[in-house]
Amino acid sequence: MSERATSHHESNHVIELDGVWKTYRMGDQDVHALAGVDLTIERGSFWAISGSSGSGKSTMLNLLGCLDRPTQGSYALEGQDIASTSDDELSDLRLKHLGFVFQNFNLIPQLTVQENIELPLFYQGIDAIEAAQRAQAIAERVGLTDRLRHRPTELSGGQQQRVAIARALSNNPSVLLADEPTGNLDTATGDAIMELLTELHDQGKTIIMVTHEPEIAAYAQFQLVMRDGKIESITRSEKGVPA
Amino acid sequence: MISTRFIRNVRLGIKTLLLHKMRSILTMLGMVFGVGAVIAMLAVGEGASKDALDQIRKLGSQNIIINSQQPIEQAASGAQRVRMNIYGLLYDDMDRIQNSFATVVRTVPAKLIRGEGRVGGRTQELRLVGTTPAWFELVSRDLLVGRVMVDRDMEQNANVVVLTEHGARKLLSGKETIGSQVRINSGFFKVVGVIKSESTQSGTMQTPDQQIDAYIPLNVAKDRFGDINVERGNGSNTREKVELHQLIVQIDSIDNVESTAAGIERVLSMFHPKGDYRTSVPLALLRQAEATQRTFNIVLGSIAGISLLIGGIGIMNIMLASVTERTREIGIRRAIGARRKQIIGQFLIETVVLSVTGGFIGIGIGVLIPWLITMFADMPTVVTMWSVLLSVAISIGVGVIFGMYPAMRAANLDPIVALRHE
Repeated sequence: MSERATSHHESNHVIELDGVWKTYRMGDQDVHALAGVDLTIERGSFWAISGSSGSGKSTMLNLLGCLDRPTQGSYALEGQDIASTSDDELSDLRLKHLGFVFQNFNLIPQLTVQENIELPLFYQGIDAIEAAQRAQAIAERVGLTDRLRHRPTELSGGQQQRVAIARALSNNPSVLLADEPTGNLDTATGDAIMELLTELHDQGKTIIMVTHEPEIAAYAQFQLVMRDGKIESITRSEKGVPA
Repeated sequence: MISTRFIRNVRLGIKTLLLHKMRSILTMLGMVFGVGAVIAMLAVGEGASKDALDQIRKLGSQNIIINSQQPIEQAASGAQRVRMNIYGLLYDDMDRIQNSFATVVRTVPAKLIRGEGRVGGRTQELRLVGTTPAWFELVSRDLLVGRVMVDRDMEQNANVVVLTEHGARKLLSGKETIGSQVRINSGFFKVVGVIKSESTQSGTMQTPDQQIDAYIPLNVAKDRFGDINVERGNGSNTREKVELHQLIVQIDSIDNVESTAAGIERVLSMFHPKGDYRTSVPLALLRQAEATQRTFNIVLGSIAGISLLIGGIGIMNIMLASVTERTREIGIRRAIGARRKQIIGQFLIETVVLSVTGGFIGIGIGVLIPWLITMFADMPTVVTMWSVLLSVAISIGVGVIFGMYPAMRAANLDPIVALRHE
């Protein structure tokens, strides 16, 4: 645990990036996907990260999602620095604190909707009866109660994304990470998904979303724009909750 | 809790395998035929050798059997030119063997004479066996009624006979057995006892006794019938003089059998330069049969090993394809928070389910085939428990060994790359 996590004032910071670099070696050249990023994300905030391709937003999301470690600098999730964690510890952090929503839904085709939602609970070792109850409660929250026994392929894109959101929520994560959550949906369905995310934010969930569409980004409180591995600008939207 | 998770993993594995039924069945075939062939071949081999080993064991692994044998040049020269063939074991050989070796427990002679038993109007072909009471100690068969031959019979040159169950039934059924007089060839003998007989004349080895035996004291046989046998052939008679047809030598322990057999061979060859006898050692035959069986098992084991190896490679091949096909699923599971070892566990369970299911079907086939062979080809087969247990163990082993590499490959995928996989 980092020292900062113990301080009362900072415990409201879910995520803290401090001088983070991510460097890849391409041939004999170093490519800096992230070049010194400082960022603090408070609990309950809603962020949209955008930027042109190659700006480092995907690397940023992978890093925030504990799928990757910084080359330099520190990243603390819920006060825990991930720099020196093992692969298993990273898995455990994802399992405990994070929920992922992907552009292409990424549901497991051989599992039913309910089993997909239960998956994080299965890896947490929660017993089957409790897992089923929790999955049903979450399914109700995202409006999927009558689809629990279906296979993902039997559902529309919007419904599949709702399943993905339900799965991301089932372990009650600190942060919900969404990667272009409306990218594969038509506008109306996309708006409905965004309304669902807004609703979750209103209920206190911390959400970080990557998108290249300004009108989707507009749903968030903070619009972060990346360029060449650095944060170019952070804008606070009028829609956001007053400070 | 670990066990319920394990059960859920197994259920998920089965479910995943059932998604591609045809592929799973084809993948299992290698195991099915591998295991099936192993059990079936072992059962046939075991059945065949058990028969042979049983027969050899019946001869007694502590015994050495010496038979009189017409020397080759004498037999080849033709019966007409030689007036009488004189060959074989001598009365003296019995004492020589008995007295030369401390390891010899008893030496049982047999003088064999063709005979015909007659009681009233009934006749029965008999094999007269002139022997000593030691016969009944060595070839111990159940005594049905009366007594066996005793030393007093020898001392008194008593005209007594011990019949087999078969002979007694043919000659004396419905009559008083003990004390009855049976005419055999030119003499009358008093029946003193009836024993059971073990009459397996099939196969390569024979038991020393036959169904048609009638046992009389050796000295009575010698005095009454002499040493000359006449074989009436078509047109000419073959005459031969043989003192003893067989000696069965019992050794005190199995460890001494082979050395004593060599010693007997040395002693006999001094007195029988023509080589008119043949020594057989059931223990040596037994050892040989066992060695053959071992070789057979090694050959089977190699075939089994190769077929199971091929089965395992088939499974590994499919699992590698499956890992590639399900790269995205692996990425999703890892992103959600599955540890590497949980991914390994998932894929390993799938492989083991495949190989064990194949193994069990193979056991079914491996039990069915020997049963059919016994039913239709009338060959003895023995499905041994250890071959079944071995097959189960091998199935699990093949699943784990050949599943490990694909599972490790799945677990070592970078989740970021795996998630991007199309």
